Amino acid sequence: MSMAAASPGLSGSASAPGAGPDASKPVVLSARGLRREFGGFVAVNNVDLDVRHAQVHALIGPNGAGKTTVFNLLTKFLQPTAGTIHLLDHDITRTDPAKVARMGLVRSFQISAVFPHLSVLDNVRVALQRPNGLATQCWLPMRSLNRLNERAMQLLETVGLADKRNEPAADLSYGRKRVLELATTLALEPKVLLLDEPLAGMGHEDVHTVAEIIREVATQRAVLMVEHNLKVVADLCHQVTVLQRGEILTSGDYRTVSQDERVRVAYMGTEHD
Amino acid sequence: MNSQARIASSTRRPLLRLETILLGIGVLALVLAPFYFYPIFLMKVLCFALFACAFNLLLGYTGILSFGHAAFFGGSAYFTAHAVKEWGFSPELGILVGVAGASLLGLVIGFLAIRRQGIYSTMITLALSQMFFFFCLQAPFTHGEDGIQNIPRGHLFGFIDLEQPLYMYFFVLTAFLAGMFVIWRVIHSPYGMILRSIRENENRAISLGYSVARYKLGAFVMSAALAGLAGGLKALVFQFATLTDVSWQMSGEVVLMTLLGGIGTLVGPVFGAALVTGLGNYFATSELPVTLVTGIIFMICVLVFRRGMIGELYASRLGRRLSRRDDED
Repeated sequence: MSMAAASPGLSGSASAPGAGPDASKPVVLSARGLRREFGGFVAVNNVDLDVRHAQVHALIGPNGAGKTTVFNLLTKFLQPTAGTIHLLDHDITRTDPAKVARMGLVRSFQISAVFPHLSVLDNVRVALQRPNGLATQCWLPMRSLNRLNERAMQLLETVGLADKRNEPAADLSYGRKRVLELATTLALEPKVLLLDEPLAGMGHEDVHTVAEIIREVATQRAVLMVEHNLKVVADLCHQVTVLQRGEILTSGDYRTVSQDERVRVAYMGTEHD
Repeated sequence: MNSQARIASSTRRPLLRLETILLGIGVLALVLAPFYFYPIFLMKVLCFALFACAFNLLLGYTGILSFGHAAFFGGSAYFTAHAVKEWGFSPELGILVGVAGASLLGLVIGFLAIRRQGIYSTMITLALSQMFFFFCLQAPFTHGEDGIQNIPRGHLFGFIDLEQPLYMYFFVLTAFLAGMFVIWRVIHSPYGMILRSIRENENRAISLGYSVARYKLGAFVMSAALAGLAGGLKALVFQFATLTDVSWQMSGEVVLMTLLGGIGTLVGPVFGAALVTGLGNYFATSELPVTLVTGIIFMICVLVFRRGMIGELYASRLGRRLSRRDDED
């Protein structure tokens, strides 16, 4: 796997995002009739979602539309009130979140989730420990983790953080923390990647870098992302699902969706004309 | 590749470094101490120091605040006392019984407490340890208010007479150092790394596929076992086991020791325990109530040096240089 070559020219040509969802790609994550209530409030209602292999799927919608709740439901950080979720061929509706992550559905968080007092290198190594069978040994010295360094450094180089490896993650800028979180997530080589606003709060340069990384990693896995940066969504995503008040308004390729009158009224109209 | 080489070189350890020297001085001081100080007092300090370090394994390195650690400490004291006095076990076996009992208690209390987070988890540990306190008050083998008295120290491995204060001291010291080594090993291990990451960001650890409940439970049981080791030793040192050791005040005391010494530092709780125990002894004969003194010291600590004595030392420039090297091994 060569994620290091995140060059914009090469990737994306095989299945251009503009062409819309490619129905020939297998569905890896699917939800049917997803519903979640908080007390009497219905945050998510009757959401059907199909995320396909090697496609970038965007989940957009105005604030409070329930995007993050859908993320929490899919990754099992929240239990759905009703509905089913399938990952590959497994029903994960009642599976606990750590198990879901081990099955290959890995998420990032809206608020940057790093281990602040661990070094940048250790942040990535923690992710590598479990897949490499080095998580439960309480009798081995820390040196035993050094064999993870090579892979960890590769990942850090992919996202351009190699020179910061010994800094505490807390000292990184906000955008850099997001990038580190992405590298940590990629360490698990997930089959499905759920990114909650991966570009929020990033500087202009980072946005481009991260968008290209996402494009590159999506050639080998499914990506579902919540994102407000519509330019990136238009450029990157094969399919766009619009959520409003917890329900799906419409779903399709970016052009179709963006021309939908209801979507323009609900969300894009003022922003994209 | 160049960066690979640099990582490798930065993790190579110098053979003799400042920490090793400090460790040597510390151990030497502990070996010589009984010739200058009252051994019973020193043993008391060591028992509480180990207790506080065991507690700190949970609070400082896993991020779980237990307010029920007295159950493991005092429980083990009762189990050890009963095994030695009623069943005629040798001291080392008696302590093993205590440690096993404390581990079992830790498994039960930990299993229930880690279902919740933060203050709720702490309240569960308090509630369950109070239940254990009342069990100890009622159960016949603990002899209620009287406690178990005149516990024979016996012969270690059948031939070392622990009635000799100096032999007893070196037995306690060895057990203390072994316990400290276990803690040091655990926190500087791959498993310790995962515990740290759970403390730092639990949700992130879950999203990386770690079943955090299991890791937390593991740390809880280890902490309980080591607290049990301390409790068993204390029962043999003082030759009695009483309700004081299982009371909530004891749970509070170990929190105080750890905070004063420095949460999340390996040796901080040792100094915290020494300070609290020392003050207790010193003011026992004075008219000033000791709780007033420790209370004032605690307030000063919270206001002026929040990281605790050793924590502040580590945070200073000298300490940062030391701890950076420490992190790399």
